[in-house]
Amino acid sequence: MASVDTNQPDRSPVEVTDDLFRWKERDKEAAETVSRPSLSYWKDAWQRLRKNKLAMGGLIFLIFLTLMAIFGPIISPHDVNEQDLPNQYQPPSAEHWFGTDSAGRDVFTRTWYGARISLFVGLMAALIDVGIGIIYGGISGYKGGRTDSSMMRIVEILYGLPYLLIVILLLVVLGPSLATIIIALSVTGWVGMARIVRGQVLQIKNYEFVLASQSFGAKTFRIIRKNLLPNTMGPIIVSLTLTVPSAIFAEAFLSFIGLGIQAPHASWGVMTNDALGAILSGDWWVLFAPAFFISVTMFAFNVLGDGLQDALDPKLRK
Amino acid sequence: MEKILEVENLHVTFTTYGGTVKAVRGVDFHLHRGETLAIVGESGCGKSVTSNAIMRLIPDPPGKISAGTITFQGKDLTKAPEKEMRRIRGVDISMIFQDPMTALNPTLTIGTQLMEGLREHRNISGDEAKKRALEMLDLVGIPNPEERLKQYPHQLSGGMRQRIVIAIALICDPDLLIADEPTTALDVTIQAQILELFEKIQETTGVAIILITHDLGVVAKIADRIAVMYAGKIIEEGTKREIFYEAEHPYTQGLLKSVPRLDMQGEALTPIDGTPPDLFSPPIGCPFTARCPFAMEVCDKVYPEHSSLTETHSVDCWMQDERAKQLLAASAGTKN
Amino acid sequence: MLRYILKRLLIMLVTLWIIVTLTFVLMVSIPGSPFNSERATNEAVQANLEAHYNLDEPYHIQYMLYLKSIVTFDFGPSIKQPNQTVNDLLGRGFPVSFELGMVSIIFAVISGIVLGILAALKHNGMIDYLAMTFAVLGISIPNFVLATMLIQQLAVNVEIFPVATWDSPAHMILPVIALGTTPMAIIARLTRSTMLEVLTQDYIKMARAKGLSPWKIIVKHALRNALMPVVTIMGTLLAGILTGTFVIEEIFAIPGMGQYFVESINQRDYPVIMGTTVFYSAFLIVMLFLVDIAYGILDPRIKMNSKGGD
Repeated sequence: MASVDTNQPDRSPVEVTDDLFRWKERDKEAAETVSRPSLSYWKDAWQRLRKNKLAMGGLIFLIFLTLMAIFGPIISPHDVNEQDLPNQYQPPSAEHWFGTDSAGRDVFTRTWYGARISLFVGLMAALIDVGIGIIYGGISGYKGGRTDSSMMRIVEILYGLPYLLIVILLLVVLGPSLATIIIALSVTGWVGMARIVRGQVLQIKNYEFVLASQSFGAKTFRIIRKNLLPNTMGPIIVSLTLTVPSAIFAEAFLSFIGLGIQAPHASWGVMTNDALGAILSGDWWVLFAPAFFISVTMFAFNVLGDGLQDALDPKLRK
Repeated sequence: MEKILEVENLHVTFTTYGGTVKAVRGVDFHLHRGETLAIVGESGCGKSVTSNAIMRLIPDPPGKISAGTITFQGKDLTKAPEKEMRRIRGVDISMIFQDPMTALNPTLTIGTQLMEGLREHRNISGDEAKKRALEMLDLVGIPNPEERLKQYPHQLSGGMRQRIVIAIALICDPDLLIADEPTTALDVTIQAQILELFEKIQETTGVAIILITHDLGVVAKIADRIAVMYAGKIIEEGTKREIFYEAEHPYTQGLLKSVPRLDMQGEALTPIDGTPPDLFSPPIGCPFTARCPFAMEVCDKVYPEHSSLTETHSVDCWMQDERAKQLLAASAGTKN
Repeated sequence: MLRYILKRLLIMLVTLWIIVTLTFVLMVSIPGSPFNSERATNEAVQANLEAHYNLDEPYHIQYMLYLKSIVTFDFGPSIKQPNQTVNDLLGRGFPVSFELGMVSIIFAVISGIVLGILAALKHNGMIDYLAMTFAVLGISIPNFVLATMLIQQLAVNVEIFPVATWDSPAHMILPVIALGTTPMAIIARLTRSTMLEVLTQDYIKMARAKGLSPWKIIVKHALRNALMPVVTIMGTLLAGILTGTFVIEEIFAIPGMGQYFVESINQRDYPVIMGTTVFYSAFLIVMLFLVDIAYGILDPRIKMNSKGGD
């Protein structure tokens, strides 16, 4: 029998000979072979994410930043608030890698200190948002009916409140500190997450596997924990990733207008504000470090969030 | 009868992330003036791609007509420039889509959507356009046409919307109407009404219709001829009678056994086992081999010859070969 | 349509009431506010405060009178600046801030939409890639960082633009870019993604099947549907622009309300903080209401479905 040339699919190099007219043996195994091993949802998502160079770059940068936030101030010989007035506005050197600021403080040390603040505020605010959002949105979506509509009415009204103005007002009252910033950001921030979770829950609630566990008499809380949560994780993780940069922005913004971390403590917002005086005299490095790191950090979170969105929900891929 | 459309050796491919999909792999058929041809097949067999290719509405990239000709009223559409195609679309060839819920723009009134094709192609006044629009709404059986013109799609039922879509398709008086699953998204009672409307329209306007469907019930009602498509090829073609009562291809026979019919008495419905082949790497031989109860060694290796049974009936199947007929006769009784 | 407007109006009023009450409660509860014992530095100021806030009345009467003064747009005197009322400051500062904000939002909307459409039409092409990288950058760089960098690069290093103040159109360019870039980037991304989605809709295919020109299909059929989601985020963007003016005015020394507001925060000038917050909140909420109405007009489906909220 002539061999089949698989490189030319639409041609038929085989001569039609009489002996080919016999019944074909049924090959059961061949019919049931699945061509590709199926991957789990998370493994599959991870493989897609790995292919996204921008998102992976963001992830690597964030890991680097986290390490520097932890170890940066430790490896630096200078203290974060150590003033050295005669040496103010020193350009970058072996002694001061990122130069010094208006009070002669080491910008390198202050930058990583600022990273601690930014990452801490961003992650805490986002986690609290997610926590409240999951509980509120989960209950609202799962209970449905009148509970849902009154809970959503509240969300609708809160959604209309101007977020940063309320945060400013709260901080004026509570007094600026790390804890109050996180509280103020969370008070208004959970609303968006609650909406997302509710939407997801509503969509998934009627899937057959949930109905199935309900018919087996599973308790509400158990259904939420075992069935709904794993399935709503994708959008929540994406939203979490995208909430962090907006919290980082809010912290820096508040510090910039004097309502956040108070000088002389270092935060990227405070450092940018300090740099305002320096740029007119041409001492660019004072601005460069906080401006660069806050922007790149937000960029990294944003591209990672986008990448996660593509990876976790391939249907939405554009 | 005059042929208004002749498709020869049509190939359409899609270049995607995972490779090249050969969606249509050498399709031939023709259509006479005023005739209804049904193209029948499972989803993914290439029937919608074929109809989009005729309209040259295949998104390029990723899609491409890689070979073949589409001759419409003497012109090869595969070579027509886009500007000329725009004059043909909606005027000479029109199209009806599957889901009337999504085929109408939610933010424009029925009147705007109905008249815009007319305003684009014919140099007529607003009043004349409106008069023509009202005529069309009357033809497709819409009550209170005057009022409907000012309404938005969401204010109408699914059946009404599909009538509107049909009116839009017919407003420039086309010679060919391509209906892609026109009743699939509708309730059964509405389906029957829409099919009656097609018959009425064909009587009044003499338009030729290509009906794309997976539903043999729809075909039985209004088709003159039927082409059965499988894995990007037309595997059998014939008049309605020939396909329904003298089907030769095992796939066509399988399709007919899998739908309920009124003249079935005590027969069970039998589904066709398995799934169609992957069109990333279509088989060299007959694509139906893996699911075919009469599969022979030859089927896997060589694509069957095209055999004409009558002037109108043709089939691509190795069972038409003398040697296969002998084999069948010899193994009668042992093979079910 | 009427029910839709009434429902939005009701939500608007409730939101306003919440903000006014919130400011009252917060102010009553903190030391150093006009409602508390700590005295202002100046006798005359103290007298003004007592007169305005009726400090010798019980809280519920104070609250009612406070509500009344808000409704009549009387935000009371400043503590730190003698003989100045919050209304005086608003009258001077708000027109400047409004101008800055409006120019910025117009810049953001126009360039964002154009960028988004170009990216969608050249999907996966070079323009798309560049536009979207630019958009993520625009979203990532905080407005105050961008403002400081712009001053450093374009006003100090190469003296193309004036550094500060608000005297000529040339003075507007840098602040408007600093303030408008983030909303522009958000609009560009949203326009692109909705445009891409709309372009796959059946009604677009149907419009092509009618033989319409690509230009007509985009303008008449795609754009309106694609821009609807952009309208819905206008409220959020306006809020961002408005709070953005606080820092941009500070950085560029623009004599707007934002600058007074930041100053009042630093000096703990509570009546100004309260008054400005209430005024700006009211402004935003009214804007949000107008946006909702605009959406109702743009989308004919809203008229029937007056319950449409989410």
